[in-house]
Amino acid sequence: MLVEILFYVFGTILVAAALGVIVSRNPVYSALSLVLCFVTSAAIWLLIQAEFLAIVLVLVYVGAVMVLFLFVVMMLDINLDELRAGFTRFAWLGWLTALAVIFEIVGVVWARGGLGIDAAKGAADLPGDYSNTLALGRVLYTEYVYPFELAAVLLLVAIVAAIALTMRSRAGHKVQDISKQVSVRAADRVRIVKMEPEKRS
Amino acid sequence: MISLGQLLTLSGILFSLSVAGIFLNRKNVILLLMCIELLLLAANFNFIAFSRYLGDLHGQIFVFFILTVAAAESAIGLAILVVLFRERRTINVEDLDTLRG
Repeated sequence: MLVEILFYVFGTILVAAALGVIVSRNPVYSALSLVLCFVTSAAIWLLIQAEFLAIVLVLVYVGAVMVLFLFVVMMLDINLDELRAGFTRFAWLGWLTALAVIFEIVGVVWARGGLGIDAAKGAADLPGDYSNTLALGRVLYTEYVYPFELAAVLLLVAIVAAIALTMRSRAGHKVQDISKQVSVRAADRVRIVKMEPEKRS
Repeated sequence: MISLGQLLTLSGILFSLSVAGIFLNRKNVILLLMCIELLLLAANFNFIAFSRYLGDLHGQIFVFFILTVAAAESAIGLAILVVLFRERRTINVEDLDTLRG
């Protein structure tokens, strides 16, 4: 019962925060609402006993991705009025699509036997010594070990791509050119001058 | 107990709100990226709900990979955004017509 009350409270917060993301005037407020969305979702995932992913969501999304978003939002000097112009022009279409999607999903979920499983039933209780992280790790490191390594490579490629995209060479910017340093010859650096000895005066 | 239907309804609401957000903020690339994150979150909700209620852990593994790919996607997206702003001094989608799309 308490779990259900908490679910409704968190669900309300989640929907309100999602609304805040899409309608707020300032992108910084949108980003902060998105942080609230992620934290609330993590709480709901904890309620349905998906502990590991809840923690990962907070660490990866709130800790890394949203900080990156906030950095970019605050760094760019955006003209908000220009971006907000015509905000309401297609708003009716957006809300209409949203209503249609909600209607379809709710209809499918709550129709009798629509999913082949009883949608109104609660999940089976897990045993007391069940560890979500342990069970996930067992599957991840045996069955999914190659996809796991591919994901690691994907992240590496993303790092390289992000750095390669944003790196730039400014005029007057001093950098070390290693290959030039290595291939330098003595003749380039030292000039030996032959001259007559000076007479003692 | 929370039922599967309640969770799927919540994720459906979240999904449709992010679709509406894409319609509303169609000029602002940052907001579009945020709406995509929200959309992926709604999809993850479905995966976790089904994984929990069918007693099958593979759904949660899938969420793990979706989180990885989404993090990479947003990092590259923001990098492109920064380069774009440096070149054009704007992030308005309507000004980005170099490819004549």
